[in-house]
Amino acid sequence: MTTATHGTLHVHHHFETAEQQYQSSKLGLWLFLVTEILLFGGLFVVYIIFRGLYPEMFSQAHHFLDRVLGSVNTMVLICSSFTMAMAVRAVQRSESARASQLLLITFFCGLLFMGIKYLEYTHKFHEGLLPGIHFHNAELTHPKAALFFSLYFMMTGLHGIHVLVGMGLIAWMIVGCNRGRFDAHYSTPVELTGLYWHLVDLIWIYLFPLFYLIS
Amino acid sequence: MSQEEYRMPEAVSYLNSPKGWKSWLFTLDHKRIGMMYLLLTMVFFAVGGIFALLVRYELLTPAPTFAANTYNKMFTMHGAIMVFMFIIPIIPAALGNFFLPLQIGAKDVAFPRLNLASYYIFIGGALLAVLAILLGGVDTGWTFYTPYSIKTATAATLVTLGVFVMGFSSILTGLNFIVTIHKLRAPGMTFHRMPLFLWAIYATAIIQVLATPVIGITTVLLVMERVLHIGFFDPAIGGDPVLFQHFFWFYSHPAVYIMILPGMGIVSEVITVFSRKQIFGYRAVAYSSLAIAFISFIVWGHHMFVSGQSELANLLFSLLTMLVAIPTAIKVVNWTATLYRGSIRLGTPMLYALAFLFLFTIGGLTGLFLAALSVDVHLHDTYFVVAHFHYVMMGGTVMGLLAGLHYWWPKMFGRMYPETWAKVSWGFVFVGFNVTFLPQFMLGRLGMPRRYHEYAPHFAGLNQLSTVGSWMLGVGFLIMFTYFLWSLKRGAFAPANPWGGKTLEWQTASPPPTENFHQTPTVTAGPYEYGLKAMGT
Ligand code: HEM
Ligand SMILES: [Cu+2]
Repeated sequence: MTTATHGTLHVHHHFETAEQQYQSSKLGLWLFLVTEILLFGGLFVVYIIFRGLYPEMFSQAHHFLDRVLGSVNTMVLICSSFTMAMAVRAVQRSESARASQLLLITFFCGLLFMGIKYLEYTHKFHEGLLPGIHFHNAELTHPKAALFFSLYFMMTGLHGIHVLVGMGLIAWMIVGCNRGRFDAHYSTPVELTGLYWHLVDLIWIYLFPLFYLIS
Repeated sequence: MSQEEYRMPEAVSYLNSPKGWKSWLFTLDHKRIGMMYLLLTMVFFAVGGIFALLVRYELLTPAPTFAANTYNKMFTMHGAIMVFMFIIPIIPAALGNFFLPLQIGAKDVAFPRLNLASYYIFIGGALLAVLAILLGGVDTGWTFYTPYSIKTATAATLVTLGVFVMGFSSILTGLNFIVTIHKLRAPGMTFHRMPLFLWAIYATAIIQVLATPVIGITTVLLVMERVLHIGFFDPAIGGDPVLFQHFFWFYSHPAVYIMILPGMGIVSEVITVFSRKQIFGYRAVAYSSLAIAFISFIVWGHHMFVSGQSELANLLFSLLTMLVAIPTAIKVVNWTATLYRGSIRLGTPMLYALAFLFLFTIGGLTGLFLAALSVDVHLHDTYFVVAHFHYVMMGGTVMGLLAGLHYWWPKMFGRMYPETWAKVSWGFVFVGFNVTFLPQFMLGRLGMPRRYHEYAPHFAGLNQLSTVGSWMLGVGFLIMFTYFLWSLKRGAFAPANPWGGKTLEWQTASPPPTENFHQTPTVTAGPYEYGLKAMGT
């Protein structure tokens, strides 16, 4: 997906114009994001079903999640989305050095997010708040509580994998910026990475209240 | 006309330039990628076919020949290979890849590298499934229904992972096609001048993109269920095994249209060209593809009439299912109207297209039986269902595929196939098909259940007939494979446009040069405008 917004430097042979190539990449990524939403959509459907079947279990189980850590993580991701957007702006103004710094901050936000997730996960493991038949927590007595944690680990786990992928992309973009590959004439990869990161962020914004804040 | 007039044998084409196996394995040329898909999926067709013959062989006599679990593995591998590794990928990924850019006058698909990547992703998924066979196979049936699929000791995890990975490949192909159609059409190629094959591929791509992620997450959940026991489908923990069926069919019913729509697209091409007429109701045929795609998403529940879902749901799904009959009937009626008073030539592609019409109509009508609630309760999981879906999938899609394969063979390889042998083979396939599957409708109505390796003696006669039919089919395919291979080396050189087609792929050399057209074509007329001025180039 290397493309140009203007100029013909990066136009692949099968495109007529840089604009055509840019529009193609953009449409391609939007379609891809749709498939991502559908992928999570399956899990949201599972969530809705079990929440409907066992409402009292959900309201009991969610107390075992750490609201403070969850909120901090939400803030972290929102910040990262912001710096990401600024990085895209910087690239579009050919401010490579600044873009690189902003991307670096975004990357570290991602890292922080995963660090906090790691803390949360190990804590849950420790307390026996595990998915399915591995669940063995003595305090949480609801017989179906294991399902809540199955959902929690599946959804936040899948989201976490997406965060890691996003961090990989961002790292790649940082290298590109440092090598001066991106500027006002050619910013598509950074823009697309930005879109992807916003989606990852957006999904978390839904996950957070569904797991941490329900009552 | 002498052959030399058509093409110098050494002419430069995508087949011989650049040279060397590496230039194939790392190619970004959509035509080569399409060829590689064709080869691979055809191999899977052969493997799936061998399993089919084994399954039929078991049913030759009422008494068991193989052990029950061997039989279970055989029909599972037959079904899974045929569905996920042959019929879903073959038309879009092989013929679609090859002809989509040609038909819109582009040099390639929008993302050539992604295209190659999805080929290797497909191989990765297929390898997992093959590994599962080597490790002893799977016995769940191709639908992997829970709760059995959670418990079976066979290699179900590997196969479901394989399906997951192949799903990725399907999504990426669909995505690539949608972008290509939107962004890379040649000047003058409006949507309403697009060949109907492309409308079908476009509708298919929409389904691929919108339905496949759901089977993706479903297979992941199944794997997690097997590995971690997360419990979503496990009633022991509070999960719901029927939930799996909902998820599975939310993909797999639309997937039926991933299978059939491209076949319909091919039939539209072949029928117009071989009756030398403009298609009757171009727009209706085009839009009915989209209509089918959309309706396909809301009918999955008809697979679950006896699963204990609510009466209301049953009723709704039954009704919605009947809706699909409308756009489908529009297509059939328009094809028939196109044939009417056309100057019909019965070349092999046309014979297969007619076979499609005939067999698919039977498949479709028997589908209405199954969509009717009360009747389905009787016919559910009997051989009637087996016959129905073979009439649709094999009588429909495979016949469409074979029509397309013959129709485009000269374009793809620059050689003609031998017409006489092709007709002989068609005879075996057509007759063999009916001898195999017609008796199964009767068996089903008489109450013979599917997926059993032995049966009551009074079913023996019809079963023997069916098995003999499967051998005829085998012979038909053997002849076909032989003459196709033969024609690659020995077939007469093909002219650029042997059938007098009006679509763009016929306006370039056979086989096409690497960049498809020496000059980007400009389109000035519709794809089937026989009797009007020639299409501009
Ligand atoms: C060569 C001709 C073929 C023969 C003789 C044949 C025969 C059979 C038989 C006997 C069964 C077992 C039915 C049961 O016990 O439930 C079966 C199942 C099936 N076949 Fe075929 N088949 C053929 C081609 C195909 C093709 C081309 C497809 C492509 C889509 C296909 C798809 C399936 C599927 C999906 C099943 C269900 C498997 C299952 O129950 O798990 N078959 N076939
Ligand atoms: Cu269906």
